[in-house]
Amino acid sequence: MSANKMFFKIITVIVFMAMVLSACTPAATATLAAATSVPATSVPATSVPATVPPAPANTVAVPATATLAAATATPAAATATAVPATPTVTGTKPTSTAVTRTDNELILSTTTSTRDTGLLDVLLPIFETQCGCTVKMIAVGTGAALQMGMDGNADVLLVHAPASELTYMAKGFGQERLLVMHNDFVILGPTSDPAKIKGIKSPAEAFKKIADAKATFVSRGDNSGTNQAELAIWKLAGVTPTKDDAWYLQTGSAMGDTLNVANQKQAYTLSDRGTYLAYKANLQLDVLVQGDPSLLNIYHVITVNPAKWPKVNIKLAKEFADFMVSADTQKVIAAFGIDKYGQPLFFPDAGKKDSDVGK
Amino acid sequence: MQLLWEGLKQSILLLFSGDPEVLQITLLSLQVSGLATAISLGLGLPIGSLLALGSFPTRRFWISLVNTGMALPPVVVGLVVSIFLWRSGPLGDLNWIYTTTAMVLAQVIIAAPVVTGLTVSALQQLDPRLRQQLLGLGASRLQMVLALWREARLPLLAALMAAFGSVISEIGASMMVGGNIRYHTRVLTTAIATATSQGDFALALALSALLLLMAYLINLTLTWIQQRNVRRG
Amino acid sequence: MVAVLEIRDLLVSRGKRPVLQVAQLDILEKEILAIIGPNGTGKSTLLLVLSRLIKAERGQILYRGKIMQSSSDLAYRRKIGLVLQDPLLLDVSVFDNVASGLRFRGLANRLVAPQVNLWLERLGIAGLAKRPARSLSGGEAQRVSLARALALDPDVLLLDEPFSALDAPTRARLLDDFHGLIRSINITTVFVTHDMDEALLLGDRVAVMLDGHLAQVGTPAQVFNAPTDPDIARFVGVETVVAGRVISCQPGMALVEAGRFKFEAVGEIAAGRPVYICLRPEDITLWALPVEQTSSVRNQLTGRLVKLTPQGPLMRVVLDCGFPLVALITRTSANEMGLATGQEIAASFKASAVHLIAR
Repeated sequence: MSANKMFFKIITVIVFMAMVLSACTPAATATLAAATSVPATSVPATSVPATVPPAPANTVAVPATATLAAATATPAAATATAVPATPTVTGTKPTSTAVTRTDNELILSTTTSTRDTGLLDVLLPIFETQCGCTVKMIAVGTGAALQMGMDGNADVLLVHAPASELTYMAKGFGQERLLVMHNDFVILGPTSDPAKIKGIKSPAEAFKKIADAKATFVSRGDNSGTNQAELAIWKLAGVTPTKDDAWYLQTGSAMGDTLNVANQKQAYTLSDRGTYLAYKANLQLDVLVQGDPSLLNIYHVITVNPAKWPKVNIKLAKEFADFMVSADTQKVIAAFGIDKYGQPLFFPDAGKKDSDVGK
Repeated sequence: MQLLWEGLKQSILLLFSGDPEVLQITLLSLQVSGLATAISLGLGLPIGSLLALGSFPTRRFWISLVNTGMALPPVVVGLVVSIFLWRSGPLGDLNWIYTTTAMVLAQVIIAAPVVTGLTVSALQQLDPRLRQQLLGLGASRLQMVLALWREARLPLLAALMAAFGSVISEIGASMMVGGNIRYHTRVLTTAIATATSQGDFALALALSALLLLMAYLINLTLTWIQQRNVRRG
Repeated sequence: MVAVLEIRDLLVSRGKRPVLQVAQLDILEKEILAIIGPNGTGKSTLLLVLSRLIKAERGQILYRGKIMQSSSDLAYRRKIGLVLQDPLLLDVSVFDNVASGLRFRGLANRLVAPQVNLWLERLGIAGLAKRPARSLSGGEAQRVSLARALALDPDVLLLDEPFSALDAPTRARLLDDFHGLIRSINITTVFVTHDMDEALLLGDRVAVMLDGHLAQVGTPAQVFNAPTDPDIARFVGVETVVAGRVISCQPGMALVEAGRFKFEAVGEIAAGRPVYICLRPEDITLWALPVEQTSSVRNQLTGRLVKLTPQGPLMRVVLDCGFPLVALITRTSANEMGLATGQEIAASFKASAVHLIAR
């Protein structure tokens, strides 16, 4: 008899913990993913409630399902409910297949680097208040982000891989492509700087020296915007690292992971300044080369073409694109990061010509 | 549906074209997980036997610890091992982070409790008097243990399959401690993740099919060995 | 006779409870010692102690004059052969099972085969050599277990109720085969049983165990016909045990009194001593009343028939003579006499059938 009692006690504890965890986890990742629609008056879901699930105003449910309801997307009724976005863990699990949408939902596909800067955590709530809608932000690798647009799984894209973007536009998947902002890439490396590239102006020259010295270089190797910029510099330098070059490592991962690897190996790498600043505290790498025009990282917002995908929420997509280039938003972008890092992470460029960026 | 079809087509092409990189990734998967399984067997069998057959005061505690270990989330194992292997960590000087050695280490931590726990239950299912009988026939302790392993070979083979299955399919630990570095620490599971994040779903499906096929073939072999020994009637 | 095994001052406890206490027991070279007793009396424990599989709390066991110690246990166990109540075969072929003990001792393969085949032959199971052990019947499996132990040519053979798990006809057959075999091989044997008939058939000496103690050790005839204790007497099948007193004693003969009857008994106990009077049921003859006087039957009494129990071809008759008197006669005789409960019946027995135990 006592063995049975023990058994049921254990099962109860497990079930209880599972419920608590399912309440916690979405809320916890919501603070990271930062795409919760939070009407000013309701309880913000970003505070991690250990035992109190955010109360959806219009769901009448048994406590167990209320917890789960906080984790799943509820169709947005008049009162917006706290909806944590489906996050991705360093690009390992994107949602690529059919995403449900309603009229009041905008699906924004962007890159992990962009998400990691935290800019969208600031901008999206402003937009959601303005449009009275919900934004679902899906952060994946550049390739997957563009693919989502091509598959009609997103309404609007915010990416920074000009070469791929132009191909995308040429294929007719985008309706409008607007210049938003830029930041820059920096070449990072160990303080000891074995290839002696510190202070060199030309990134291509620096890369050549790294190749010659066979100093370890960590690449993202994932065809992301950053990776494309890196490959362009290698091309300029006249070097093509092959798989026999043991000093050239490709992680196939997001910027953050790549920085970790570079840090552990005390190697050179190319990173966008935003991610670098966000991770700086944990890195023992210095900025060795910066400032050259070829190191510009340019962001565009692209609305997905409804002619290709009629189900696209083109109304909200256009609204978002306009929002990103609006004067007020550009001001927010310009100020972002100053209080935390002492310098802005982005430089607003709306309205400029592509060729004028960085001048 | 289109996607699955594309993926299937591409996987067949991939398998028969003998793409060297795919081959290298598959081989690395087998090497890392195979070695980890072998080490786990070498650790788990003796320790499991000790726990099942021995008698010492803290036995029950260790067995419950092992059973908990069977459910360790791989990503947690990856995180903890990373922390130890980082340059800032206690074992940083070994320079094992982002190497296959680290991956094998993490996978051993995942698989060894599985082997140990299943060995304990396999041996505990045997008639306890069999031990006495074997000793009474003049078996040394070692001979007795070997004879018991042979007696329990069906559930022990199942333990082997479970251990291998748990590491060939895990991604959390491999990603964290291996870093998914192309040609060096990229295995099938991490390659699938990379392909997916790059939007190359057809390749991802192809690699998935390859992984499933490989896991299936290995388990088919082990199951065949196991079922050959099943008593009939 | 050399003592192969000697037990001195042995005490085995389970927790606080003593389960086995043997002050002294010698097992002689080439003898077959049967240890009998009711279930739970410590017989198996004694056997396991003799195999060095259970350690005693106190006492010593000597093997060929040397006190046994843990360090020599493995060597000792390779001189004995052990057969337990259940066959406990390994999940391999019959041949491999019989060979297992030999292989544990490191015997070369080419020497193993002839030995195994010899004993398979002797136990009548040569045809089963290749069969998987799991597919055998109970009797066949026990033969394998016996072959496995005998193939070792052990110095001492230890058997723990080897036939009790079998059904009656299988047991009878196996006992028969085994009896012939064991007498011909001349190995020191200790076997435990709760069956008196097995002990009588197989044993050179019988040791009776009651409540963890050695109650009596002697030849089967001694134990069977001259038990030293009423409990032993009842166990060995002396069903009539009556408290009485010696009235007078002459050389070789005593006159005893029990209830209202007086008997002559063979024995020498001083007059006036209280005794137990023991009668085996087979030694009692029943007569219908009135009775004629016949020759050598010196003892007669009468009583009322209280119980009739058929036992196979025999009939167990219980008379109330002031004390219960149990007789065993053939069914035919019972029918011829027209026995029925309530009848007054006469019973008689020879003086030599009476066994006296001093009280």
